[in-house]
Amino acid sequence: MTKIELKEIIGSWSSNLKLDDESNEFLMVEVPAEELFSISEKLKNDSNTKFDLMYALTGMDYGTDLGVVYHLESTSLNHMIIMKVSTSDRENPNFDSVVKIWPAAFYNESEAYDFFGIKFNGHPELKRIFMDENWKGFPQRKDYKDEFNMLTK
Amino acid sequence: MGIDIKNLDTELGDDFPGEVIPAANGGNIVATNLDSLINWGRKNSLWPLYFGTSCCAIEMMQTGAARHDWSRFGFEVARPTPRQADLIIIAGTITVKMAPALRRLYDQMAEPKYVIAMGACAVSGGPFYYNSYSTVRGADHIIPVDVYVPGCPPRPEALLDAMFELQAKIGKEASAHRVLNNPIDGFDEGKTK
Repeated sequence: MTKIELKEIIGSWSSNLKLDDESNEFLMVEVPAEELFSISEKLKNDSNTKFDLMYALTGMDYGTDLGVVYHLESTSLNHMIIMKVSTSDRENPNFDSVVKIWPAAFYNESEAYDFFGIKFNGHPELKRIFMDENWKGFPQRKDYKDEFNMLTK
Repeated sequence: MGIDIKNLDTELGDDFPGEVIPAANGGNIVATNLDSLINWGRKNSLWPLYFGTSCCAIEMMQTGAARHDWSRFGFEVARPTPRQADLIIIAGTITVKMAPALRRLYDQMAEPKYVIAMGACAVSGGPFYYNSYSTVRGADHIIPVDVYVPGCPPRPEALLDAMFELQAKIGKEASAHRVLNNPIDGFDEGKTK
């Protein structure tokens, strides 16, 4: 399915989505945080989209906002989209977990939590997987400072 | 009956029929020859422990493979276990999380043991020296290092040259040197030898 067709189908589901089909090879869908889970469920189960594979989940720090980028693929219909969600809450950023929809998100969400401090509601075991369990702070954030370990230049 | 060796002439008395000739070099001819034999054995059968944590490991594999072939110089038996290794080649970045594992491997190796730090990361942290929250700035913060090899990564010839340097270093040692001057003694307190 082409990205123009995908844009029409996904755009009809909700009026709060921002769809961008020009700046990238794939269709980019910006989803509000409260609709993330329901839209993800539809993307997987709708017979026109069938996004059954989430092949990348990336935590992002845009400077002011924190967000997550999902790369989705349909192995039966051979199309891909990029789904984005973001929040301006840096103290307690949290999104719904998509582990129930795409089990591959389990470790990716743990990684995003480890490096960016983004919490995922409904994740079965959200804990640090790369950093030491007693590590303070989230090192991939742009405002992260560590006087002891980091030599800044 | 004890004999004072320093005053042999007076100890033995005037009626001693022969002539006493003191041994050269304090009588260590047997010991030094034994040392050179032991060193010859040690330096020509160094068994390295693979400790490849990143891209330097690829060059280390190439050094062991057919074209450069370190088995020509006695390094052929590369071990995956520290208990059978004499030499640890640190090929790659040491992160804060990896550091306790490296120290445990070093402690498990049998004496005498030698360390080569291969590549910029193992020497000083290399490209991760600035703006990194997770890198140890050089393997010598964790274990004492004998030979440093700069490069990012070093070519196989550089690693071979470092191994020859290590062989030369071993060849000059007295057999008791590593027992009396073990580099790990006092290392954690900041003393260097």
